[in-house]
Amino acid sequence: MFDLLQKMFGKETSKSKDVAKERLRLVLVHDRVNVSPQFMEVLKEDMIKVISNYMEINEKDMEVNLTQTNTSQVALVASIPVNRMKRGALSGE
Amino acid sequence: MGEVIVITSGKGGVGKTTTTANLGTGFALLGKKVVLIDADIGLRNLDVVMGLENRIVYDLVDVTEGNCRLKQALIRDKRYETLFLLPAAQTRDKNAVSPDQMQKLCKDLAQDFDYVLIDCPAGIEQGFKNAIAGADRAVIVTTPEVSAVRDADRIIGLLEAEGKSNPKLIVNRIRPHMVKKGDMMDIDDIIEILAVDLLGIIPEDEYIVISTNRGEPAVVNPASAASTAYKNIVRRMMGENVPLMSMEADSGFFSRLKKMFGFKEG
Repeated sequence: MFDLLQKMFGKETSKSKDVAKERLRLVLVHDRVNVSPQFMEVLKEDMIKVISNYMEINEKDMEVNLTQTNTSQVALVASIPVNRMKRGALSGE
Repeated sequence: MGEVIVITSGKGGVGKTTTTANLGTGFALLGKKVVLIDADIGLRNLDVVMGLENRIVYDLVDVTEGNCRLKQALIRDKRYETLFLLPAAQTRDKNAVSPDQMQKLCKDLAQDFDYVLIDCPAGIEQGFKNAIAGADRAVIVTTPEVSAVRDADRIIGLLEAEGKSNPKLIVNRIRPHMVKKGDMMDIDDIIEILAVDLLGIIPEDEYIVISTNRGEPAVVNPASAASTAYKNIVRRMMGENVPLMSMEADSGFFSRLKKMFGFKEG
């Protein structure tokens, strides 16, 4: 009977090891994402080069960041304002 | 040619020095020729854990600066003929040795010894880089706490950046009854988060305090739980396939664990 009560009780309060694990997961995503600003700058410049083949973009307002998704995976998120498409590129010539 | 193994952690106070002393003594118990290098320059401690503090004449920095020959600085253990210590300098800072000097030292020692174990200083600064410079492989020590596991993760990343990949993990101070209650992270949790191979687990053992007080590594005392754990790790490091030991509070978890981690040495 006591065991049963304990089991029920245990199920409802979250165990401290689960709390630890969750906190650790979050903190590690942030730690691992911590890449150097130089790296991000090089990545951004390369992206500009590629995208500029297809469209004219506003490089000044472009943002490239690493974040985490809700499945605690790391995601690369880029916001790239497009001024206009390049017609030649669209028709594949 | 012997093997050079660095014992590292990131966070301080997780049991690196104790682990180095016990693994080294464990190798010597099996007749291997071992040298322990205390690379924690400025804060030496491996000498007291080994009970050899009053025999130090020369140290690591004396060797690298050419004040003595390497052989003169090696202290032979009281109990085991094949066990030696190269103590850290206490009056110098961590920049007194360069990674190049450390590499050369490790190479020289590996000519004469089966195992060269390096007790790495805590942290991720120059002392860490010096300590790992000459190592063939790395063993990371952590405890089942958020802060220690986080720092272990950091160290794994830094080791990789320095070209030392595939480190092995020792989880120290596991308390089986707390794991059983769900109040301590278990081995599965830690391995899953860090994504490294497990080398072994050391149960929390009061005898460690007594052994450190006496300056006699616990591995010598067959009655201590940590002793068996350390001996198993030594055999795994020598390439044997030794299953994880069962702990006192042998629950479903630990027997499950033994099945899951039939140890594979890479």
